[in-house]
Amino acid sequence: MASRAPVRPLRIVMAKVGLDGHDRGVKVVARALRDAGYEVVYTGLRQTPEMVVDAALQEDAQVIGLSLHSGAHMTLFPAVVEELRKRDATDIVVFGGGIIPDEDIAELKQLGVAELFTPGTPLQDIVEWLRRRFPDSQPASDA
Amino acid sequence: MRVRYQQEKVVEPNATWASDFEAAPKREDGVETTTLSGMEVRPLYTSGDLSTRPEEVPGQYPYTRGIHPGGYRSRLWTMRQFSGFATAEQTNNRYKYLLASGQTGLSVAFDMPTLMGQDSDAPTSRGEIGHCGVAIDSLADMETLFAGIPLGTVSTSMTINSPAAVLLCMYLAVAEKQGVPFTKVNGTLQNDILKEFIAQKEYIFPPEPSMRLVVDSIEYCAKEVPRWNTVSISGYHIREAGSTAAQELAFTLADGFAYVDACIERGLAVDDFVPRLSFFFDAHIDFFEEIAKFRAARRIWARRMREKYGARDERSWKLRFHTQTAGVSLTAQQPELNVARTAVEALAAVLGGTQSLHTNAMDEVLALPTDKAARIALRTQQMIAYETGVANTVDPLGGSYFIENLTDRMEEEAEAYFERIDSFGGVIPAIEAGFMQREIADSAFRHQQELEQKRRVVVGVNEFLSDEDEELEILRIPLSLEQEQVERLREVRRTRDSASVSRTLEQVREAASSPGKNLMPHILDAVRARCTEGEIMGAMVDVFGLYTEKAII
Amino acid sequence: MVEQRDPSVRHLLESLGGTVRPARVVGLTGAPGTGKSTLADSLVALLRSRDQAVAVIAVDPNSPFTGGAILGDRIRMQRHALDPKVYIRSMGARGHMGGLSVATREAIRLMGAFGFDWVLLETVGVGQSELEVAAIADTTLVVLTPGQGDGVQMIKAGIMEIADVFVVNKADLPGAQKTVQEVRSMLSMAALLPPRSAGKAGDGAKTWRPPIVTAIALKGEGTREVMDAVEKHQQFQKSSGEAGQRAEARLKDEAADLVGEWARAEARRLLDTEPALSSRLLRDRVPYAAAEEILTRQGRELVPEAARSRDP
Repeated sequence: MASRAPVRPLRIVMAKVGLDGHDRGVKVVARALRDAGYEVVYTGLRQTPEMVVDAALQEDAQVIGLSLHSGAHMTLFPAVVEELRKRDATDIVVFGGGIIPDEDIAELKQLGVAELFTPGTPLQDIVEWLRRRFPDSQPASDA
Repeated sequence: MRVRYQQEKVVEPNATWASDFEAAPKREDGVETTTLSGMEVRPLYTSGDLSTRPEEVPGQYPYTRGIHPGGYRSRLWTMRQFSGFATAEQTNNRYKYLLASGQTGLSVAFDMPTLMGQDSDAPTSRGEIGHCGVAIDSLADMETLFAGIPLGTVSTSMTINSPAAVLLCMYLAVAEKQGVPFTKVNGTLQNDILKEFIAQKEYIFPPEPSMRLVVDSIEYCAKEVPRWNTVSISGYHIREAGSTAAQELAFTLADGFAYVDACIERGLAVDDFVPRLSFFFDAHIDFFEEIAKFRAARRIWARRMREKYGARDERSWKLRFHTQTAGVSLTAQQPELNVARTAVEALAAVLGGTQSLHTNAMDEVLALPTDKAARIALRTQQMIAYETGVANTVDPLGGSYFIENLTDRMEEEAEAYFERIDSFGGVIPAIEAGFMQREIADSAFRHQQELEQKRRVVVGVNEFLSDEDEELEILRIPLSLEQEQVERLREVRRTRDSASVSRTLEQVREAASSPGKNLMPHILDAVRARCTEGEIMGAMVDVFGLYTEKAII
Repeated sequence: MVEQRDPSVRHLLESLGGTVRPARVVGLTGAPGTGKSTLADSLVALLRSRDQAVAVIAVDPNSPFTGGAILGDRIRMQRHALDPKVYIRSMGARGHMGGLSVATREAIRLMGAFGFDWVLLETVGVGQSELEVAAIADTTLVVLTPGQGDGVQMIKAGIMEIADVFVVNKADLPGAQKTVQEVRSMLSMAALLPPRSAGKAGDGAKTWRPPIVTAIALKGEGTREVMDAVEKHQQFQKSSGEAGQRAEARLKDEAADLVGEWARAEARRLLDTEPALSSRLLRDRVPYAAAEEILTRQGRELVPEAARSRDP
């Protein structure tokens, strides 16, 4: 295997938007992404769309992962996408997870959310999706 | 108070069983044979697995077999379905429907803004109103919620934590309007702030003032509302966050001890308030483990209350609990199967001797339940109560080699956790050090890995999949509802007396700044003056500040 | 750009170069759980109240196996979330020597260029990271809490030497005074040894005695005192000339680290792409000849292309 010059691992901001505090899922996903070699900036609970986008910009993240269990996803997920548009940062990819009925998925994707992972999705699926989407961001190898 | 049970050596009374088992075929599906929490389960338990202990009897200390001598022969458990959604008016209709269908107690679910002490017109409430419960902004909404429901005869459980004191005052104000004296008001308040810091994360103020508010409510009710269960010390949320059964048991009871300690420090006598503390557990899908957990809980609480806290009133020794079937075990795939899961979990709760029970509806993974799904959930309890015969004898699994052995082990694991929590200096230091949160995050992750490796199976999710997934009808909360609620709120603000509002809020602030004062009467005054929940909570935030957690991943 | 180790950052930094007043760097280090993030949050609030622009770099370790990391320090600084004069950046300590230091120094330089007055550099305090922080920061705070293990903890290699200010946080817990005493006695023992400020040609009279400040960061108590101690230290450095010495030492360190980083990267590349070199290596079975060859061969350019000087 050829050794590579150190390449930055993919940076993902994980956030819970809105008031809901169920963080089991987002934490489990954060760990899985770390184990897959990514850098996860966890911004915690009760984030507003502005706070999430601000963090993503400060941290130079390429991806934002949102988690929501309170039913407010149709308002808050698109709000994040809209905020990215306002800050001219639409290159940042947004994905979401939590309690999201199938029928909402199509609409959310139309509104700019790249992918949604519903309850029961294996963690590997999320990792694979990121790998396919960002094939050049290999995990940091030591130089 | 470490406990170690004397056990005779594991003896196969029939010596040939061991070799027969060896020779017998073994399943090769790779699925774990430990409990869901990872406790060892041997293929066979015999009399040799029973510890040497005097025989236990229901209704007698330490109540392992139940707190009442007659169990469900005397009285069935309360069928208390948690519900609430959208507006007070719609929820009021659902309550009347459920009461007419045979539900015997009410249980209120509030929406996210209400749970978090925000009014419906706050900017952070946008998109969140009415989704996971009913929106309550002021006394006006509370009156609508209970319109036509006699608070003197119906008991109500309210699931709310940080703002619990405010909602309780609203409930009392409604009772007052109905002419029901506080001494007749019956119900439960969840009001368990410690588990918010550990698991559910619906905290607002930092731990110290939060505990003060809880103790204020316990002290107040001990005198003024004696039939009210002041705290529902909860394990459900801890379990749903990913803990094992033993962790659920240990952390919940430890929280309970912390409340007892805090009240004693306030100067309350143990027997004055402990009888009104109650518990709330999860009923998960690993059947026997749950039953053992409930039995161990009763035994541990009884011993501690009597031996450590010196409680003399029997009622202080008897642990009463409500159970909810595990939300986290429900699947979005092939959701009809959730009816079966819920039935099994409900059965475990009943065999564990629960005092009251909520069964989940099959569509709750995705949204609030439709009428039909809610009805099936209730009927499940009725079927268990009246068709299966399990209610005919008390603690039917008592004496089972496996159950007694598992109960003992559950107790030992819990005691080990108590020691570890003590080594931090108690529950609050342990929470601030992130101890429980870390344990929970670790076991949540472990569980997920087991699933992905198929060492645990969830039908429809990682095995036995089905292509044809039925489209479930989901209850939707229209966004127009938000506007309606905000309008209602504005109306309240318009029509109330602003002088009383400012005066009572100032009094709340003042009481909050004086550690010797009990906040309850002042909150009650503010409620009567039609202050909104957000305003009252805001006044306390002014004094107590907000809490930011240290995230443990 | 800096984290990606993009070599062209050189040109950016050179063009910004000497025209900007550099930000003052305060390092916060200490064992996990001592409340560094909370203290940082408090300091940010204080500095903001003085209308200072503050950047925070929070370093968490990367997994040595997967290279991934979970960076969660931002959470403790929520209240500054939308303040444009506060910039919070999480960095993974990539685990290898020099990598963290150079990248962080570059980031700090950039922050100075963008008008930040202060940079708070926060690390987890395990392994070597304390020393790395101290090498970069103008003033290093070592954060302790009462009852944090015994005195042995404190003699942990290098801690006493690197601290410019000691902060005993969570001072409301039992044992706070005892901890203060322990630090004090450690310090007086250390005072019997030659002063740490090297290169001062034996001027023993002008040494900095690290003050011990108590604080309850969660309540915002003691923050002002901590900041006062930091400013006193900065004053001392200026007047004693230590500031200049440290800056010089740091630049030298940085230049050496940079040589290491550039040379290493190029060496790797060469070993992968020049068959003569790698077959030699395999024949020898020890690395010496190959390394010497890489470093000394005439006409060999070890500076990455994008970083090469643009002077003709």
